[in-house]
Amino acid sequence: MASPKAPVTARVVRWLDRRVGGARMARKTLDKVFPDHWSFLLGEVALYCFVILVLTGIYLSLFFTPSTSVVTYDGSYGPLRGVEMSEAYESAIRISFDVRAGMVMRQIHHWAALVFVAAIIAHLARIFFTGAFRRPRELNWMIGVTLLVLAMLNGFAGYSLLDDQLSGTGLRIANAIILSIPIVGTWISSLVFDGPYPGTEILQRLFVAHILLIPAVIGVLIAVHLALVIRHKHTQYPGPGKREDNVVGQRLWPTYTAKAGGLFFLVASVLAALGGLAQINAIWVTGPYRGADVSSASQPDWYMGWTEGGLRLMPPWEVRAFGYQIPNPFFPGVLLPSIVFGIMYAWPFIQSRRAKTDQEHHILFRPRDHPVHTGIGVAAFTFVTVMMVAGSSDVIAVTFGVSVNAVIWTLRTALLILPPIAGLVAARLCVELQRRDAGPPSVAAEPPPANPPSSRAYPAAPEPELADQLSRSSAAESATRLRETP
Amino acid sequence: MTEPASSAERKGPPAPTTHVPMVAFIVSIVAALGLTFVYWRGGQPQWEGALLCLALGGIGIGVISWAHRFLPAGPDEEPREQVASSDEALAALDADLIAGEEEFGRRRLLVRLLAGAAGALGLAALFPLRSLGPRPGAGLKASPFSTGDHLVTEQGTRVRPEDVAVDGFITVVPEGNTDDANAPTLLIHTRPGQNVPRSGREDWAVDDLVAYSKICTHAGCPVGLYQAESGLLLCPCHQSTFDVGDGSRPVFGPATRSLPQLPLTLDDDGYLVAGGEFSSPIGPGFWNQLR
Repeated sequence: MASPKAPVTARVVRWLDRRVGGARMARKTLDKVFPDHWSFLLGEVALYCFVILVLTGIYLSLFFTPSTSVVTYDGSYGPLRGVEMSEAYESAIRISFDVRAGMVMRQIHHWAALVFVAAIIAHLARIFFTGAFRRPRELNWMIGVTLLVLAMLNGFAGYSLLDDQLSGTGLRIANAIILSIPIVGTWISSLVFDGPYPGTEILQRLFVAHILLIPAVIGVLIAVHLALVIRHKHTQYPGPGKREDNVVGQRLWPTYTAKAGGLFFLVASVLAALGGLAQINAIWVTGPYRGADVSSASQPDWYMGWTEGGLRLMPPWEVRAFGYQIPNPFFPGVLLPSIVFGIMYAWPFIQSRRAKTDQEHHILFRPRDHPVHTGIGVAAFTFVTVMMVAGSSDVIAVTFGVSVNAVIWTLRTALLILPPIAGLVAARLCVELQRRDAGPPSVAAEPPPANPPSSRAYPAAPEPELADQLSRSSAAESATRLRETP
Repeated sequence: MTEPASSAERKGPPAPTTHVPMVAFIVSIVAALGLTFVYWRGGQPQWEGALLCLALGGIGIGVISWAHRFLPAGPDEEPREQVASSDEALAALDADLIAGEEEFGRRRLLVRLLAGAAGALGLAALFPLRSLGPRPGAGLKASPFSTGDHLVTEQGTRVRPEDVAVDGFITVVPEGNTDDANAPTLLIHTRPGQNVPRSGREDWAVDDLVAYSKICTHAGCPVGLYQAESGLLLCPCHQSTFDVGDGSRPVFGPATRSLPQLPLTLDDDGYLVAGGEFSSPIGPGFWNQLR
């Protein structure tokens, strides 16, 4: 028992431990080792964006009114005074111009959403290209894919709430996509909108989904995602002293607490600068939603761009039989995203079948050492990127003074041709890089140096077994300052 | 808790100083105080963003540069056990699970009834979902215009043929049904000879004026761009293009169905009225739209 003169920390710890226990577990957590590589921070950036989204979102929810009731604007933004608009749009304008710190909070919230999805996708790319999804991490990969889907959905729900011209157009397209689902489409649409589009309930429902339902699920899944990271411990890149049965890096306490905590403040800082200085989603320019109007160059937020591009590139085909039909938007709007995410969910199992191994893997592979896998990934990213570019086909046509038809036909062709080309080039590059790693043939015949000059000099072909042998046989372990572990 | 610097570090550059983290924290303090001042003075988005950036960034840079300079850099090592449990542990778990399963299994009828009760409750629990909206009705196919409805502008004024010049177009809605999401309709004054009516629609135009639904048959966006010389309507959302002279047939983009046409005629006072209902259901397609 601590004497009254013991440090405050020790006294607090003892008070808690007598009620909760778990000193050993807490110490183990403090001692958790984080591999020190920038690419491991991408997921953290996504996590911090979520924290900032929740904080700014709580503030915004205190002032936002999700109502379609019509009011006449009488706030401080001159050009809209006297204009009839929904209460939702009016309150968003009020937050922007009449709530102190409202504008900066709204814009940080929007920017954080954009960076959130970007960070998730960058994190996903890192996991994919280094094989971090392999056993035992398949479940965590699937949770991650689910988080990506939910982040995109919640972003869409969020910017659809404001009831400006752009968001109304987006909702109408979403309704068309729902309607296109065979057999149940009209039912789902009617249940979502409480009757025909747009109805009076949709904003209230989107609001509940956006601020409660989806964020709660995201929060729970993030908790499970992190719990599994602690359970599995981090993966690590191959290198001296790194084995399948250890993790090398820096401990959570104190070094990584400072680094990760500092990263949170840096992410928040960049988002604050964007939120204050870079205008985003200027709803006072687009104006309130009018069903009969649409502004040209309507663009969704960037992460929905690929679905928008899919709708644009789709040739005018649909299926009709016996008087029934599967309308055109179903294929790019429902079927294609289902296939894309379906393959993503299944990828760990496809990969393990392809690799004919179901071993536990904790050492990552380098993309160049798996040319086919890397090529497939590059092809998939190219495919989605071409679709995303197509989401701006009209802007491209206007900017470069070419016809929209020419842009669409070019991108339709690119969608079919570019992914295989990009995949083949990537795979070829991987093979070349492997060759360069191996050096000239005469040098490659020699055994690798016993003590690589730095931890970043990887062995020529770091298949797990080889890396293992190398690190065990070398003096690398003695060069690594190891800490005693209980 | 300071750890001795390794030999490599001792030979390196001189010992790090606290300058960078100190400056960063001071910048953060000043910026945060500045932020409270800006807020107190009424707030200004750009200043708020910039000062918040400095206040947060100062802490971030301060803490990270502190970590780089003074906190143990490792590398530390942690052992990693295999995730999967040992065969003995699994066997023990299996035994317990199977023993419990057998206990339940001894009362087969009860197991089946419990499963039935859970299934029935799950089914019953779905029914409140039905409260979310009505059965999708005929509304999806209903024409917003009925025979004899006056065409009015969005401001509510009735329209005469001479209100729309050649090559011009306006958006009209049915009088008395202006808020219907499917109501917006394009009234287009085509050039003489540009409009080639389909068979059965020869008398649907009034003085080269034709009316087509403004709601795109692809995804429901308002088809708002008209190229008069080619007589093409373009949807700004997904670039579906419709040939007005040919019954607004889709000629480019993802749309597959023509824009529904509204037959036009004049009332006794020379105002435009609907000569009937739209030629087909308005807006994007759905499963049983064509039945």
